[in-house]
Amino acid sequence: MISAKSLDLTFETNDGPVHALKGVDLDIGKGEFVSFIGPSGCGKTTFLRCIAALETPTGGELTVNGMTPENARQARAYGYVFQAAGLYPWRTIAGNIKLPLEIMGFSKAEQKKRVEQVLELVDLAGFGGKFPWQLSGGMQQRASIARALSFDADILLMDEPFGALDEIVRDHLNEELLKLWARTGKTIGFVTHSIPEAVYLSTKIVVMSPRPGRITDVIDSPLPKERPLDIRDTPEFLEIAHRVREGLRAGHAYD
Amino acid sequence: MMRTIFPVAVVVAVIVGLWYAACIPMNIHTAATQAERAGMVIDPEGAAERRDMGAIALALRNTGIWGDTWAQDKPRLPAPHQVVTELWETTVEKKVTSKRSLIFHGWVTLSATLLGFGIGTVAGILLAVGIVHSRAMDMSVMPWAIASQTIPILAIAPMIIVVLNSVGLQGLIPKAIISAYLSFFPVVVGMVKGFRSPSQMQIDQMRTWSASRSQTFWKLRLPASMPYLFASLKIGIAASLVGAIVGELPTGAVRGLGARLLTGSYYGQTIQIWSALFATAILAAVLVAAVAAMERATLKRMGVGR
Repeated sequence: MISAKSLDLTFETNDGPVHALKGVDLDIGKGEFVSFIGPSGCGKTTFLRCIAALETPTGGELTVNGMTPENARQARAYGYVFQAAGLYPWRTIAGNIKLPLEIMGFSKAEQKKRVEQVLELVDLAGFGGKFPWQLSGGMQQRASIARALSFDADILLMDEPFGALDEIVRDHLNEELLKLWARTGKTIGFVTHSIPEAVYLSTKIVVMSPRPGRITDVIDSPLPKERPLDIRDTPEFLEIAHRVREGLRAGHAYD
Repeated sequence: MMRTIFPVAVVVAVIVGLWYAACIPMNIHTAATQAERAGMVIDPEGAAERRDMGAIALALRNTGIWGDTWAQDKPRLPAPHQVVTELWETTVEKKVTSKRSLIFHGWVTLSATLLGFGIGTVAGILLAVGIVHSRAMDMSVMPWAIASQTIPILAIAPMIIVVLNSVGLQGLIPKAIISAYLSFFPVVVGMVKGFRSPSQMQIDQMRTWSASRSQTFWKLRLPASMPYLFASLKIGIAASLVGAIVGELPTGAVRGLGARLLTGSYYGQTIQIWSALFATAILAAVLVAAVAAMERATLKRMGVGR
């Protein structure tokens, strides 16, 4: 589905080149839930932006659905959820979800149908007529996920979508996200810097480290697909979390 | 409501009080001369005696003629009630078609203001669109726009009138162009900022949907710029009014609030000048309030106003 081979990305700055990504090799299969975890500056967001063709790699190869990222975007291969919900305050929730559909030229009837569908999917049915400021932060982020889902891309890229929310809301949304993933069968790329969040959600955890941004460990999670929140107290869960922590520490050994 | 009325009333009362007080020393010399001519005893006697005397000292020695300082024909500083009376007589009691009606003159100025404001706003928005979308325009237009505003309008207004007159344009259009010259600038500056107000994240988001530049403009930049637009329009409309009035001065114009100011100063009609000034201020307040009302209505329709 997504394949990176010795991917490099160097930013030229006034202080010399910065290696945001160096020699990144990764394959993401269909229907996987992949988390990218690491300290800031490790290139996890940059990698996600490369997949979305928001950044252009300076070396290596990257294909999305067998296409270049640019073509994949044209083919509506992915929906992108940013850290902030980024809803337009002058549009209702339904209006916000419609926005990409309007841009992509869906018919009015189709827009209406899809808005209803995705609102249902993120458990916001009946909130379409509200304005963003009338919703809580968690609900706004759910609306933004609905917007990313509205044009039914196969891939959902999420850049710390719950980073700004409190832990209780975050737990709830994590649970909801897993349900959504099970129902839709999307491939999800998820950037986070919370170890429990990464372990709880993912089928595959990619541990990254900075200077240069690179992958230090890729962990395939043995956890079952059905994951109640209290799975986080099981020995298996703690073992994976431990391995992630080790991976993060190893990345820092260079400092 | 009462809580706001009281402090506002106090401020107005203080201003009016200070104004009446200021009239006394300002007009005391002429009042004393007139009173003496009418047979009253003034201390000291004789206009020559009083010429070099301080106005306040003279006022304190002749408290009996304070009332006269508020009822002069051509006072240095007219009293508030004189201005109000003049305003009343030249608006309500005069026919709108009369040359002495402030409504008539006000409309002449207002029509130039509105036309100039319209031209300035459209030009300002178009320039801002160009500046935001073209680096070349950003580099080339902005310095000129800024330079244009450093020239005193009083200096350039006669030039514009003369140049336009030589190509046969008179009356409304030259005034509107001077008015537009003043009002386009706040609109350019405000709208450039407004069009650039969407965050990098929102721009990136548009890219993830493969939105075209025009889609990004119409769906994101333009609605995001609305609060900036109205802030600019409020400054722009006030500047337009100033521009229209300044445009009426150099022609020795016979119509418009600017003309009333000019003829007032030719003939020492201070009451006429002050009433024209107040008419201008009231007009400006009404125009700004109209823009504010448009702002509220627009933001409410957009769902942003609460």
